[in-house]
Amino acid sequence: MERMLTYVQAIGEAMSQEMSRDPSVVSFGEDNIGGMGCDGKLGNAWGPTQGLHEKFPDRIFDTPITEAAFVGAAVGAAASGLRPVVDLLFADFMGVAFDQLINQAAKLRYMFGGQGTAPLVVRTFYGAGMRGGAQHSQSLYSLVTHVPGLKVVVPSNPYDAKGLMTQAIRDEDPVIYFEHKMLYWTPGEVPEEPYTVPFGQSRLVRSGTDCTVVALGRMVGFAETAAEELAAGGVSIEIIDPRTISPLDEDSIYRSVEKTGRLVVVDESPPRCSVARDIVALVAENRFEALRGPARTVNTPHTPVPYSPALEDRYIPGPDSIVRAVLEAVEAGGWNGRRQDRLAGTQSPVA
Amino acid sequence: MLRTIRAFEERVHVEYAEGNIPGATHLYAGQEAIAAGCCAELRPDDYISSTHRGHGHAIAKGADLTRMMMELFGREGGVCRGKGGSMHIADFSVGMLGANGIAGGGVPIGCGVGLSAKVRGTDQVGVAFVGDGGANQGAFLESLSLASVWQLPVVFVVEDNGYAQATASKYHLRGLDVARRGEAFGIPGAVVDGCDFFAVRDAAVEAVRRARSGGGPSIIDCKTARFFGHMEGFDQQAYRGSGEAEKLRAERDCIQRFTASVTGAGLVSPEEFDAIDREVADEIARAAEAAKAAADPDPAELLTDVYVSY
Repeated sequence: MERMLTYVQAIGEAMSQEMSRDPSVVSFGEDNIGGMGCDGKLGNAWGPTQGLHEKFPDRIFDTPITEAAFVGAAVGAAASGLRPVVDLLFADFMGVAFDQLINQAAKLRYMFGGQGTAPLVVRTFYGAGMRGGAQHSQSLYSLVTHVPGLKVVVPSNPYDAKGLMTQAIRDEDPVIYFEHKMLYWTPGEVPEEPYTVPFGQSRLVRSGTDCTVVALGRMVGFAETAAEELAAGGVSIEIIDPRTISPLDEDSIYRSVEKTGRLVVVDESPPRCSVARDIVALVAENRFEALRGPARTVNTPHTPVPYSPALEDRYIPGPDSIVRAVLEAVEAGGWNGRRQDRLAGTQSPVA
Repeated sequence: MLRTIRAFEERVHVEYAEGNIPGATHLYAGQEAIAAGCCAELRPDDYISSTHRGHGHAIAKGADLTRMMMELFGREGGVCRGKGGSMHIADFSVGMLGANGIAGGGVPIGCGVGLSAKVRGTDQVGVAFVGDGGANQGAFLESLSLASVWQLPVVFVVEDNGYAQATASKYHLRGLDVARRGEAFGIPGAVVDGCDFFAVRDAAVEAVRRARSGGGPSIIDCKTARFFGHMEGFDQQAYRGSGEAEKLRAERDCIQRFTASVTGAGLVSPEEFDAIDREVADEIARAAEAAKAAADPDPAELLTDVYVSY
C-alpha cells in the first residue's frame, strides 16, 4: 500500500521519528517553531517542523537572528552530547555562519586528532525559481563541498529526503542538508517506518545507452523530462542522481560512463568550481579513455540570481538545456559512428 | 597551577626560539590568574572553549602537560596527535573543547555546551574564554543574545590583555568595558583585575554558581597583561611603549601578587613555594624531553579523522 508524502512532509517525518527514537536529538533555528514568545504559533515558515513543538517541548526552540551563534552552539552541543538539527532557513544566510561551518564544525574532528565528533545537521533551503532575488535563491552546495569535513546532501525526491535526513541525524559527522524550495510540495511515495538512505550511494534514475547524465536536486526531474524528449528522437540517456555530493559515489558514475561513452552533468549552480565541473574533472582524470567525446556541463550563467521572471526563468537550467547538451555530447562523441559500431556488433564494453 | 602555566610558557618560548616548535604559538604568560581562577571553580565534567591563546586554559582544566608539549612539537603522542598544534590545543577528556584560530570563534561553542547541559538536565557549566579582540566579533554579540534568550548556564570570560594582536584595546573598545555590553542583553557582568587570582576567583564563584543554579549567563571582564608578544617569532612588539613590557612584569605579575599575599597571610611559606617551583620545573623539563624524544606522526595520519565514516 503506497503512501504519498510531500518532500517537506518527508523531512518533518524523519525529524519527528528520530526525535522520538533518540532523546539527544534537538532542533533549533530561526522560526523553527515559529511563534515562541507570541500567543499564537506560526508553525514554521515552510512546515517541516510543524507539530514537533507539541511533541517535544523541551527539545525544539526558536532562536534570535544569530546564525553564527546558533550554528556554533550546534557545534558545542554536538561535542557535548546532543545531536542538533539546525534550521538555517535560506542557504544564502550561510555566509553569516560560515566561520562556524567551515572553521569549527568541519575541522573539529581533524584538528583535535579525533578526540571528538560534531554530529550535527544544518538544514537549509536553496535554489532559484521563487523570485527570491539574488540573496534568497542561491545553490551554494558547491561552496561547502569544497571543505573537507562537511558532508553535503542534496535530495531530489520525498523518498530520498526522508531517508537521507534520517541518515544525516544518525551520522557522526556534520551534514549540510540542502532542500530545494521548489521541491517542497512535490509528492512521492514514502514508507512510514524509519529507514536510511546511505551516504555516497547514488540512485540510478533511468537506464540508457547513449549518454550518462548526472543531475542534482531539482535538476533530476528536469533530466527525466529531457530523457523523454530525447528518447522520442532515438537518443537513450542514463540518469544518475548522486544524492550526496560529499561523499560522492564516483564508481557508479565511472561505470555508467564506461557504458555510454558520454557525459553531461547538470547542476543548478554557477559554473566556476561547481559540482558539475568537478565531476567532469574526475571522469577526465580517471576514465578519460571511456569518453568518446568532450563532456558537457549544464550550469546556470555565472551571474547572481535575477529577480524578474523573464530573467530568472532563463537563469535556471531546464530540460531544454539538458537536451541541447546531450545532443552536443553525442554528436561530438561520434553518434553515427557509434551506431555503425552497434550494427557491426563491436560496441564498447557494457558494465 | 599559576607556576605550572608560567613555567610551561617560558619553556615553550625557549623551545620556539631554538627551533623545536615548528609553528603558530601564542603565549599566555601574564594571564595565568584568569585560567587558574576560573577553572578552579569548575568540575571535570564542565566544559570550556578557548581562544588562540589556549595553553593556560588547557593546563588549568587538567590537560596532560607532556601530551600538550608533544602537540606543540608536532609529534605523534600529542594531545591532538600532531594535527592541531598550539593554536588548536584541546583535551576533550577533561572538557577542554579546543583553542581556536578564529578570534571569537569559540564563544558560540560555549553556548552549545550550555544548551547541551540544559537539555540533558545536568548542572554542567560552559565557560567561553574570549580576548578583547574577539569580543568585537559578531559571533560574541550574537552569543550574548542567544545565551540570554535561552538562559544558558554559560560564563563568558573576557581576557582584556590590552592588545588585539597589535591594536590596543583602548582604541578598539573605545575605553568601555566589555562587561557593559552584557547589560544590553540582561546579562550581569563583573569587571575584575585579571592579575589578581582572588578577584578572578571570587567573580568565578558567583558566575558559576549562577549558571549551575539556573540563573543564566554572566560575563567576567578581566583586565590583564600579556608578557610576550601576540605570537612567537614574528612579533617584535614595536607597538608597545619603551619599557612597557618590563613595567608589566614588575607591577602586574599575577604570580608575584599571589605569592606575596599568600605568604603575607602566613598560609604558605616561601620554602614551600620554592619546593613547588622545583617540582614544576622538573615536570616541565620532563615534558619537553619527552616531546623531543617523541616520533613524528605516521604520514598515513594525514588522511585520518576527516570524517568518522565516509
